[in-house]
Amino acid sequence: MSKAANIRPVTGGAGESNAGAVRRPARESMMGNEAIARGAWEAGVRVAAAYPGTPSTEIMESLATYPAADVHAQWSTNEKVALDVAIGAAFAGVRAFASMKHVGLNVAADSLMSQTYIGVNGGLVIAVCDDPGIHSSQNEQDTRLFGALAMVPILEPSDAQEALDFTRLAFSISEEFDTPVIVRSTTRLSHTRSLVRTGERDAPAPREFIENPAKNVMIPGHARVRHHALLERERKLTAWLADSPLIRWEKGSAEYGIITQATAYTYVKEVAPDASILKLGVSWPLPLEQIREFCNSVQRVLVIEELEPVIENAVRTLGIAVDGKRFFPRTGEFSVETIRQGLEQAGILKPGPALPELAIKSMPRPPLLCAGCPHTTAYLALRSLDARVAGDIGCYTLAAVEPLKAIDTTVCMGSSIAIALGMAKAGTQERPIVATIGDSTFLHSGIPPLIDAVYNQADITVVLLDNRITAMTGGQDHPGTGRTLRGEATHRVDMETMIRAAGVQWVRKIDSYNIASVHQALREAIRHKGVSVLIMDRPCVLDPVKIKGPPLRVRAEACNACQACMNLGCPALSWSEERHEGYNKVKIDEAACIGCTLCMQVCTTDAIGIVAEAPATA
Amino acid sequence: MTTGTPKEVITAAALTAPSARAQERPTNVLIVGVGGQGVIMISKVIALLCERQDLDVKQSEVHGMSKRGGSVFSHLRFGQRVYSPTIPIGEADVLVALEWAEGLRWLPFLNPETGTFLADTQQLIPPFSCRSRKPGAVTNYARHTVAEVAGKVPNCFATDASRMAAELGNARAANTILLGMLSTALDFPEQEWLTVIEQLVPKKTIGANLRAFAAGRTWVEQHDPAAMHAEAPAVFPAAADLGDYVARSAPEINAAWCKGCEICVKFCPERCLFMNDRQVAELKDPDLCTRCRVCERLCPDFAITLHRLDA
Repeated sequence: MSKAANIRPVTGGAGESNAGAVRRPARESMMGNEAIARGAWEAGVRVAAAYPGTPSTEIMESLATYPAADVHAQWSTNEKVALDVAIGAAFAGVRAFASMKHVGLNVAADSLMSQTYIGVNGGLVIAVCDDPGIHSSQNEQDTRLFGALAMVPILEPSDAQEALDFTRLAFSISEEFDTPVIVRSTTRLSHTRSLVRTGERDAPAPREFIENPAKNVMIPGHARVRHHALLERERKLTAWLADSPLIRWEKGSAEYGIITQATAYTYVKEVAPDASILKLGVSWPLPLEQIREFCNSVQRVLVIEELEPVIENAVRTLGIAVDGKRFFPRTGEFSVETIRQGLEQAGILKPGPALPELAIKSMPRPPLLCAGCPHTTAYLALRSLDARVAGDIGCYTLAAVEPLKAIDTTVCMGSSIAIALGMAKAGTQERPIVATIGDSTFLHSGIPPLIDAVYNQADITVVLLDNRITAMTGGQDHPGTGRTLRGEATHRVDMETMIRAAGVQWVRKIDSYNIASVHQALREAIRHKGVSVLIMDRPCVLDPVKIKGPPLRVRAEACNACQACMNLGCPALSWSEERHEGYNKVKIDEAACIGCTLCMQVCTTDAIGIVAEAPATA
Repeated sequence: MTTGTPKEVITAAALTAPSARAQERPTNVLIVGVGGQGVIMISKVIALLCERQDLDVKQSEVHGMSKRGGSVFSHLRFGQRVYSPTIPIGEADVLVALEWAEGLRWLPFLNPETGTFLADTQQLIPPFSCRSRKPGAVTNYARHTVAEVAGKVPNCFATDASRMAAELGNARAANTILLGMLSTALDFPEQEWLTVIEQLVPKKTIGANLRAFAAGRTWVEQHDPAAMHAEAPAVFPAAADLGDYVARSAPEINAAWCKGCEICVKFCPERCLFMNDRQVAELKDPDLCTRCRVCERLCPDFAITLHRLDA
């Protein structure tokens, strides 16, 4: 294909204006996410937007470390907004970029599914980070399946160097083939640091806006025509792929060959260094002719891919017998062990000696809400009020387990309020129905369901856990913090005014650290007929500033070992070595305690006080 | 690449000839601990050392939930060429644990023939381990002692590094003591370690960190892994001793005095009380009741009593 020749080499671009960029050594250590950001910057991206989500968050944070004159980088209220911002910039003729976690693409999918019909003007690249193994997500869906659905190329780097190179290449592919391109990462790639050879920034001049309603306005008459263009695009992409740098055939043993992708490739290289390997840096479209040729060159073929059998199913459609998911799991994150076991089961590797059994066990150490976390009170009260609680996505999901154990459902971003509404309308629940949602999640996708609840006159209570930060992902700003991604001051959304404007009659702000008032206010809110919103008003103890007040201490002689304070699940509280009538007394780790006073408030014997005030203990 | 003085480079080369290294599998160091202990700092130091020696290096962590007081780990692999970002089970050359139970959790990753286990014996007991309200309850914190572990791994160096750091004047430098211990197990010249530490720690803590590093190095030189049983950690008292334990009945509720305020029902940690149809508190599950006496103490009407069974 002649046009393909126009695609620039992936590294060492000519380098136009490089002003303002920090001079970097030839090879530097970068996280996969930082390498994706570097690739976007080198490709000359001008507008970039994201909503934070593990494991993708650091991409946009890293992009924001490049000069503002080079790239406008922003947090958006949600992933769909972020993608729309990037689409707008691409329409306007510059290279544009959005990043998100796998489930974020569900939110942005509506925009993607239409934009794929339209194509691009300036290059449009979306970095999507999957989470195999579900380290910090609600599912482990495989973004590669979006390739066939949206008919957009899915590039799959296997280490930080490829993350940079492929992201850079993605912009060229996008413009060359008139398509959005997805660069797909996974937790392991995103959060692994490895050495990267960087290049210079090579920003193409902005293009003219193209006035072409037949291509840019997706009404039925236009879209029908564009669908044909998509099919033609798939054909051209497939033809170009055959000789592209995305496909690598590593010749090895003729006995068996392995088709693999992404980080699975790195495990394969470790376990089966002598195998013939077809490494696919792209999972849609697939270079079927090359795959056929590879399969013909070896006696037996295995497909080793993390999560869904995307490549395996495609190879089967060629009528080629392959093994894949028969030996390698469809769930969870791969590792060297997974690959070794699979190859042993397949009869390719001889089982190694079994590791000795150590007979040493440790205990579980699950993540916890921080000492002094202002979310604690709401769930303490909800549990004692026997509420049916629809939870949402954020740190507070940790209140679903003991000791708070006060959340009944958690589905996805922003779903709590509408789920509460549905439960209320079902009329089957006698308990009070409450939705709990954080500030960032509320702005992400909690506002339309709140309006819906008022509109449909639901009798529910919404607890807005406003800690004024996107806490779970490490403290990112959002429209409710009054600061942008680059730390500039901006308008701060007034939650209370906005909630009232939606038509909520009962709105109250309350100090999260006052247990009695929170109980009282929640009772009132629940008694209110209709939608009531209680705003919990205390900042996150970690971000943007680490809060540390005078620590508290337990007067051991007054502690009656009732352990009422242990119900808080505070990491600063544990048993002391002393006992009362055989029961364990409690102590406070003063280094961890921030002095929130919640334990002091629940103490049945007033045994807890501020260190400075507490009488010296024996 | 940034290099040190020529002398250091020669020393590094002498330790491991490049030609030999090319054939080698990567060196694997697994660093584990609890959020906020400085796991990442140790792995950054090694990564930078490798960069300065022009070795391929991969450093893999998982961000997100782990910072909320959970278990934290960092896989570090270096050599001529590193593929997998994670260390296979049984292949860690060194396991560095900043907390005792975390070390035990990851022990299966240690190479059973040649691995070195370096551990801080300090114990961070999570509230999750203090869940039982029963009299005489003990935490579910791991109970294996240093002596027991030393008998099962090839090389074990365990000490209360947190206390050592506190004695040196900076309790937060425990991770640097472990780094000093680690420096004796990896082939990098001492000066390289010092240069990299100076580069990575905050300026005003350089002195404290270098002292902690030296203390860790010296400690290993002075200790024989075969004699590790002498370094028994202060294992949390597993006391089956109930002390002044008083056996009590389940809550007895005086229905005539109960005004139905529900305080006991709401605050019962085991949720074994409920309000019956006469709006009087009632015990629904005596087996679940731990006799913690929260209801007795909170009842404003003195309607609840847990009788002494020995009286």
